[in-house]
Amino acid sequence: MKLLYQFGIIMFVTFLGEFLHCLIPLPIPASIYGLLLMLAGLMTKVIKLEQVKIAADFLIEIMPPMFIPAAVGLIVTWSDLKAILVPVLVITCITTVFVMVVTGRTAQAVMHLKENMAAQKMEKQD
Amino acid sequence: MKEILCNSAYFGVTVSLIGYGAGIMLKKKFKYAFLNPLLISIIFVIGVVMLCGVDYESYENSAQYLSYLLTPATVCLAVPLYQQMTLLKKNLAAVACGILAGVLASLGSVLLLAFLFGLEHDVYVTLLPKSITTAIGMGVSEELGGLVTITVAVIIVTGVIGNVIGEAVCKLFRIYEPIAKGLALGTSSHAIGTAKALEMGEVEGAMSSLAIAVAGLLTVIGASVFAGFY
Repeated sequence: MKLLYQFGIIMFVTFLGEFLHCLIPLPIPASIYGLLLMLAGLMTKVIKLEQVKIAADFLIEIMPPMFIPAAVGLIVTWSDLKAILVPVLVITCITTVFVMVVTGRTAQAVMHLKENMAAQKMEKQD
Repeated sequence: MKEILCNSAYFGVTVSLIGYGAGIMLKKKFKYAFLNPLLISIIFVIGVVMLCGVDYESYENSAQYLSYLLTPATVCLAVPLYQQMTLLKKNLAAVACGILAGVLASLGSVLLLAFLFGLEHDVYVTLLPKSITTAIGMGVSEELGGLVTITVAVIIVTGVIGNVIGEAVCKLFRIYEPIAKGLALGTSSHAIGTAKALEMGEVEGAMSSLAIAVAGLLTVIGASVFAGFY
C-alpha cells in the first residue's frame, strides 16, 4: 500500500498544479507549478521525503520512454516541416550545442572564480 | 489484423516499451553514444507503425497513457532537486549565471541564424522557444504567432539531440563539474536532456531539473523581447 499512498500524494500535487494552471492566465504548464509546489512542500516539511521518495524515483526512472509518443508525432508534422527542413535542422543542431557549451562553461567559470577568490583570501590570512 | 491494432488500447504502449527495451539492449551490447535508447525506440516505433499501416491517431490513442505520466514525473523532479538543496544554495551564483547565459545564448543564436538564413518572422518565433520544455514552448510560440506544431517538433528534436550528444559535448568542451554538466543539459535540451543528466548522476539530474523550470520561465520573458528584434 505504501507505493499507492506515495503515488496518491504525487497525483494530488499534480492536480493542484493543474488547478493553478487553469486559474492563472500565464503560459506556464501544470507540471512546472506542480514541481514548484512539490519543492515548497518538501522544504516546509508539509510533505516528508519518505512519503514520496519511492514512487518519485520510479516515475523519474521510467521518464525517457514517456517522450516516445510525442516524438513519433513527427510523422504527422513531417509534411509541414519538409519545406523548411534544412534551415530548421541546421539551426536546431548548432544552437543546441552552443547553448550547452555556453551554459556549462559559464557555470563552471563562476564556480572556479569563487574557489580562486576563496583561496586567495586564505593566502592573505596566512 | 490492422483493425485490431488500430483499436487496441495496449498496442501503442507495448510497441513503445519494446522499442525502448531493444534500445537499452543494443546500447549495453555495443556501447556507442549514438545507440541512444530513446532515439532507437522512436525510429523503431515509427517503423512499426508505418509497416502495420496504423495511423498516428490510433497509435497515440493507446500510447497516450505513457505521455499521461509525464506531468507527474516532471513534478517528481522536485525530489532530486530538494535532496541537492544545500549544494544548490552554495553554488547559487554559478547556477543563476549559467542558466541566464544559456537562455540568452539560445535566443541570440536563433536570432542570428534566422537572419543569416533569411527566415520569415513566423518561422523565427517558432524556433525561439526550441530549448525549453514542450508545454511552455507551445504557449510561447502560440502567443508570438508561431507555428505551434513545428515548435513541438523542433523542441522534441532539440531534446533528442541533447540527450544523444550531451555526454560527448561535455567531454569535448571540458565541462566536467557535475553542476555545470547538469545545467548545460537542462538549459539546452529540457526534460529529454534531463533524462540523460539523471543517468549521469544525482547532482547532474537535480541541476538539470532546476534548469528546466528556470530556463523555461526566463524564456517566456526573453522570447517576447527577442520576437521584436527580427
